[in-house]
Amino acid sequence: MRGIHKRFGATHALRGVNISVEPGEVMALVGENGAGKSTLMKVLSGAHAPDEGSLFLDGSPYTPGNPLHAREQGIAMIYQELSLAPHLSVMENILLGIEPTRRGLILWDEMKSRATAALSTVGLHKLSPETPVNQLSIAHQQLIEIARAVALDCRVLVLDEPTSSLASKDIEKLFALVRSLSEKGISVIYISHFLEEVQALSHRYTVLRDGETVGSGQTAEAGDETIISLMVGRDVNDLYPRSQRNPGSIALQTNQLAGIHKPRSASIQLRKGEVLGIAGLVGAGRTEFLDILFGLEPIASGGVTIGTFSGAALPAQRWQQGVGMVSEDRKTQGLALGLSIADNLTLPKLDELGPGRLVIPSRQVKVCAPWIERIPIKCQSARQSVSDLSGGNQQKVAIARLLHADVDILLLDEPTRGIDVGSKAQIYQLIDSLAQGDPSEGHEAKAVLIVSSYLPELLGICDRIAVMCRGQLSEAKPVEDWDERQLMATAIGQE
Amino acid sequence: MPNALKTNPFKTLQSKAWFNLGARFLALIIVFLFFAIFVEDGKFYTLRNLENIVRQSSVYATAALGMTFVIITAGIDLSVGSIIALAVVVVAWTLNIQIDGPNGELVYLVHQYPFATPLLACVLAIAASSLVGLFNGALIVRLKMVPFIVTLGSMGIIRGLAKGIANERDIYPPEETWIGSLMDPTLTNKAKSWMLLPAGVWILIVCIGIASFILKYTRFGRHVYAVGSNEETARLCGVPVGRTKLIVYALTGFFCALAGFMQFSYIGGVGQPTTGIMYELFVIAAVIIGGASFSGGEGSILGTIIGALIITILYMGGQQMGWPKWVQEMVIGGIIILAVAVDRLRHRKLA
Repeated sequence: MRGIHKRFGATHALRGVNISVEPGEVMALVGENGAGKSTLMKVLSGAHAPDEGSLFLDGSPYTPGNPLHAREQGIAMIYQELSLAPHLSVMENILLGIEPTRRGLILWDEMKSRATAALSTVGLHKLSPETPVNQLSIAHQQLIEIARAVALDCRVLVLDEPTSSLASKDIEKLFALVRSLSEKGISVIYISHFLEEVQALSHRYTVLRDGETVGSGQTAEAGDETIISLMVGRDVNDLYPRSQRNPGSIALQTNQLAGIHKPRSASIQLRKGEVLGIAGLVGAGRTEFLDILFGLEPIASGGVTIGTFSGAALPAQRWQQGVGMVSEDRKTQGLALGLSIADNLTLPKLDELGPGRLVIPSRQVKVCAPWIERIPIKCQSARQSVSDLSGGNQQKVAIARLLHADVDILLLDEPTRGIDVGSKAQIYQLIDSLAQGDPSEGHEAKAVLIVSSYLPELLGICDRIAVMCRGQLSEAKPVEDWDERQLMATAIGQE
Repeated sequence: MPNALKTNPFKTLQSKAWFNLGARFLALIIVFLFFAIFVEDGKFYTLRNLENIVRQSSVYATAALGMTFVIITAGIDLSVGSIIALAVVVVAWTLNIQIDGPNGELVYLVHQYPFATPLLACVLAIAASSLVGLFNGALIVRLKMVPFIVTLGSMGIIRGLAKGIANERDIYPPEETWIGSLMDPTLTNKAKSWMLLPAGVWILIVCIGIASFILKYTRFGRHVYAVGSNEETARLCGVPVGRTKLIVYALTGFFCALAGFMQFSYIGGVGQPTTGIMYELFVIAAVIIGGASFSGGEGSILGTIIGALIITILYMGGQQMGWPKWVQEMVIGGIIILAVAVDRLRHRKLA
């Protein structure tokens, strides 16, 4: 792919990307969230047409008009979120869109034999191709997706963050499978931001940042440092501010807190003026932990104390107790996208915006102004709809909501997922200043609990970090005692 | 990884298609027995009454065939009642066409061609109804509008169109034709007893076979399930999502035309533009009671047929029990909610 550009409205998502992959090679595509990896892969798979640039397959120009065309050319994608039709059987999923037919009628026998062949390639000899997909485990579902690619006789296989929801045992099996596919001459593009995976699996790497190719080379010759600095594009210390903090009284404490499924046991002590990070794999129970703290999920056992309050409480009560949460998925949970910035920002605390229970729009807009300026949120006015904003600015609205409600404890779930580096830097700055407090202006130091999958970020801004592994939260240790490798090893249960 | 392949045998049983269908069949029998026992003098299971149940349910069931396709794709079509009325009116209107006769005076086309004119009426009605379906589908696919809104709009438009064609009056054809006798009773009528079932019911039976076959054995049918189960996946796999949806709505129009022929005969061969009001609700209820899910990916033709029979038996049984109309309406509404609630409960257990 050469000189690829793609714009979405005002956003210039790809601005000149060059990547190449040889037959039988595993090429790792790395970059932060929002660097353009997924957009690039959508161009490759024909879901988006590039605005500029050209693609070549086996030396000849390749212009996929739609996903089916790309599949026919032998380009198969495995997406981060599983993309199976849950009601259909395994074999129907494997051959979806390319069903063997004669005059529109499905040839079930051929379908079964082709699906069985593909299943045995991915090591699922014993699975009946007639099983409905919704009865399989996540790891098996992912193998079904790979079987789908195999059934296509694919030449290029793209895996987008395939390990994010797998246990370590399944990750090793996946790696072995990827290696065996590449030995058969299939080109693999492996998207990840886990550098361990890149080192373990790939022959070459390419780094994307802000929609551009910023570097590539042989994986064996590059160290983690090289790749990280290419990904971040600046000295890591500048990105993550950490001023002198003075932890105060305990703001939040849990004692062997357990949910119905996850977490199994989580004990923490969070102090005012402190940033505590929780690392771990997706699905380990980190989000559920925050949900329980905030009253979105029931407590199965164990205790939680917030300030002077003990025990379970509803979200509305948590707000009153001075707790605010920014949820993981801002599009579906965190924000009302169709409403204005002012509506979103003032939602938890609509009192004092008018006499009695009235809400006067002009006052709503007025109370937003200081936050828009301070954070800062890039927008035309507070009346603007949140859906018009970039991901980074949307996230800043979600955080500003907590500040407007004047909470003492901020629960942040993946606060920088999918946003640009500039916004990230501003959010880090904000978290730092909140944790520090400003006695001269009467701002007390806040307590911040942050869940993130991005380890450099946790190492950069937290005072202490705990790791969630299969529902079990480790002891929180000072950040100086951790490095990326240890965090990852603990997260995958090898410590 | 064989350890992960273990499945709970009860779950496997519950997810089997025949189990679902069997449970619904059982519900049908229970509902039937209820009325058979409680309607006095055994009037409920007389041959005449059984035949009436079949005749009445045929109209719902035929329209529900198309609706099953639509609901499997996670769509909805509120315009079926209006399309049925349109078909009824178009048939009657065609039977009333007048042409210049051999002596210069106006004669009815149907008097000249007593067999071919009803056939022409069918062709016109099928064309009109299918076009309406295509129109619905095109708006939903091309303009990415929500099916509920599109078909809510066309429900009004098509009802108005039917009334316009009929001049807001019932159209009485000048002659009895074969299309008007499609649903004539057979079991209680010596002259037609050789047919065993009314012609319209035979048409329905053939359609059930064809529709089941399409859903189960054709690429298009499996794409219908794939689109409803996970539309984004279907698109990424190269399934023609837009075309699938378009065809599904056109099919509903087509089946509504057939239902319209039956309705035309059932109400006595009259072109009544106000017929079939509220039928969309009965039809949707039949599909949902038959095991389809509004979130798509599930549903079967046989389930739908059972659903249509349950609705009809409740409706007619309630009448024969002498329940007031308001009680009948409440019972049918309650059964719909009950059916969906049982389904939700089952899904929660499976999850």
